[in-house]
Amino acid sequence: MASREGAVSVSGGDVGILIVDDEFSVRDSLEQWFKKDGYRTASAPDAREALRLLPEGPWDVVLLDIKMPGMDGIELQRRIHEADPEIHVIMITAYASVETAVRALKAGAFDYITKPIDPDELSHLVKRAVEQRRLRTENLRLREKVESLMVPGRIVGNSGPMQAVMQMVQSVAATDATVMIRGESGTGKELIAQTIHANSARRYFPIIPVNCGALPESLLESELFGHEKGAFTGAQYRRKGKLEMADGGTLFLDEVGTISPKTQVDLLRVIETKEFTRLGGATPVRVDFRVIGATNQNLEQLVSEGKFREDLYFRINVVTIPLPPLRERPEDIPVLAQHFLEKYSLQMNRPYRDFDPGAMDVLVRYPWPGNVRELANAIERALVVGKPPVVRAEDLPLRMVEGAVGPTGDSLAEVERAQITEILERVGWNITRAAEILKIDRVTLYNKIKKYQLRR
Amino acid sequence: MPGIDLVPVFLSGGHDLLQRLGDELERSLGVGVRVRVPWFDPEVAYDSSRGQYNSTVILKHLLRDPDGTAPRILGVAGVDLFIPVLTYVFGEAQLDGRAAVVSIHRLRPEAYGLEPDEALLAERLLKEAAHELGHTFGLRHCADPACVMRASTYVEEIDLKEADFCGACLGAVRQATRRAGLVAEG
Repeated sequence: MASREGAVSVSGGDVGILIVDDEFSVRDSLEQWFKKDGYRTASAPDAREALRLLPEGPWDVVLLDIKMPGMDGIELQRRIHEADPEIHVIMITAYASVETAVRALKAGAFDYITKPIDPDELSHLVKRAVEQRRLRTENLRLREKVESLMVPGRIVGNSGPMQAVMQMVQSVAATDATVMIRGESGTGKELIAQTIHANSARRYFPIIPVNCGALPESLLESELFGHEKGAFTGAQYRRKGKLEMADGGTLFLDEVGTISPKTQVDLLRVIETKEFTRLGGATPVRVDFRVIGATNQNLEQLVSEGKFREDLYFRINVVTIPLPPLRERPEDIPVLAQHFLEKYSLQMNRPYRDFDPGAMDVLVRYPWPGNVRELANAIERALVVGKPPVVRAEDLPLRMVEGAVGPTGDSLAEVERAQITEILERVGWNITRAAEILKIDRVTLYNKIKKYQLRR
Repeated sequence: MPGIDLVPVFLSGGHDLLQRLGDELERSLGVGVRVRVPWFDPEVAYDSSRGQYNSTVILKHLLRDPDGTAPRILGVAGVDLFIPVLTYVFGEAQLDGRAAVVSIHRLRPEAYGLEPDEALLAERLLKEAAHELGHTFGLRHCADPACVMRASTYVEEIDLKEADFCGACLGAVRQATRRAGLVAEG
């Protein structure tokens, strides 16, 4: 008997098989059978013992006798899947009947086999169950990897308004509803759009942004609809537009209020019919995408002025997510600043750790007309001009230091009065918001307004 | 030095087959093989409801060997074997144990409506005997399709594999035979 060179691997790997049958001879013979294939095995005479052994796995396959004293196999299978939906359960029975087979399969069994079992059938069945479980696990692992690569930048903010935004994002992401994100420039509208897309069923398809405000009408048309070869001078090849590229995914229309009336008509038709033709083309192209729009304009005013179509407005304004300006959520400034500090510190390889109290004071007091984008720019600049490990007030742009609203007077009362006045004006005298920012209750705030005789 | 004892179990007219198997095993494993007279009535393993013989019961009786000197015992049965829950087995062995049993019942071409072929039967028996003995040396099934330790549930699969162990399995067999005292160390 010569030796042979060749690959050797035990077929089992680390695959666990749990055998549940009230007959000892069945349990013993199956365990011995599977051990020779290199599987990890255990056996139980009844449901109670099986449920006790379940956490001692992991188990890939459970071979389960339908008829057992006490809890039967169908019920035990249900309990097993409650604990681990990924386990494959193969039902064994001595009495073959269509009814029992249907019951078992409807209850979620992977398959069904009758005693005495053909060894080849058993071997193939277990291999099939193991392979399917392996493929499912690998599929989940790859999806997680893809999702981790697709995760957009973090949305940072623990304030009440941002938590409300995040809740809306979570709710709307699960649907296919059209969303309109409203907010001043620099508030993070595109980041919100990316987060909605990344949490939606369309996440494995692209999100295609279109900056409607940056392109003149003729270019925007070509950008959106694409064109056929020869559609106009210079059109040497067919070109896919953004609508076609977004098929299956999400179309993000930034600055929707700037779209020309003609393009508004064409866009409305596409959204309603899910069909369009490329410029210079005749063949209709079918598309299916979700629309997320964004604007810093007052769309309602544009509609009343006749600059934005009312029918398109109602079509894309199904769910509105208002993004608050940064000055209305100053409690988020420290955590945002720290986020950008860490991000740019890593990018520039400059070991910044923190802000000194003077710098943080300026950051919190500055009204941020450019919102989060302006904050990010300011931090990035400070890291370039400053000296690690701490950002100081003088590292920040001069306009910020001068523009930061500070308290007047030296006494505690003067400082408190100034602080309350500033916050009230910042939030438009919204008592609830002001109390939240000042971290006092409404009654206390009312008392202080009365005490300092503050007036709107 | 005794190595492997071959014990016929309802193997009428199988003396030549057994002798040939013994010679092959001696040559390939380098161990002494002897043929013995059975010490139990195999009827104790018979299951009338199935018309087959329970291989686990046969193993139990093989282990009650009154001699007890050979490190390994291989029963060679002329009857159909089963273990509870399965329709049949070609053989059964104690994993890393002393005893194994194989059956020629389903190795005969006649069992599939074909003409008798003594040479083919002998080759199949050698493969299954080596396979079950491999289990007694602690080997599990091998994924190498030609290795004798590859699992076979149909006779065609036995014909596809070779009678040899692959490199890794042979190494394991040699270690085990030395540990069991079937061959001298070194």
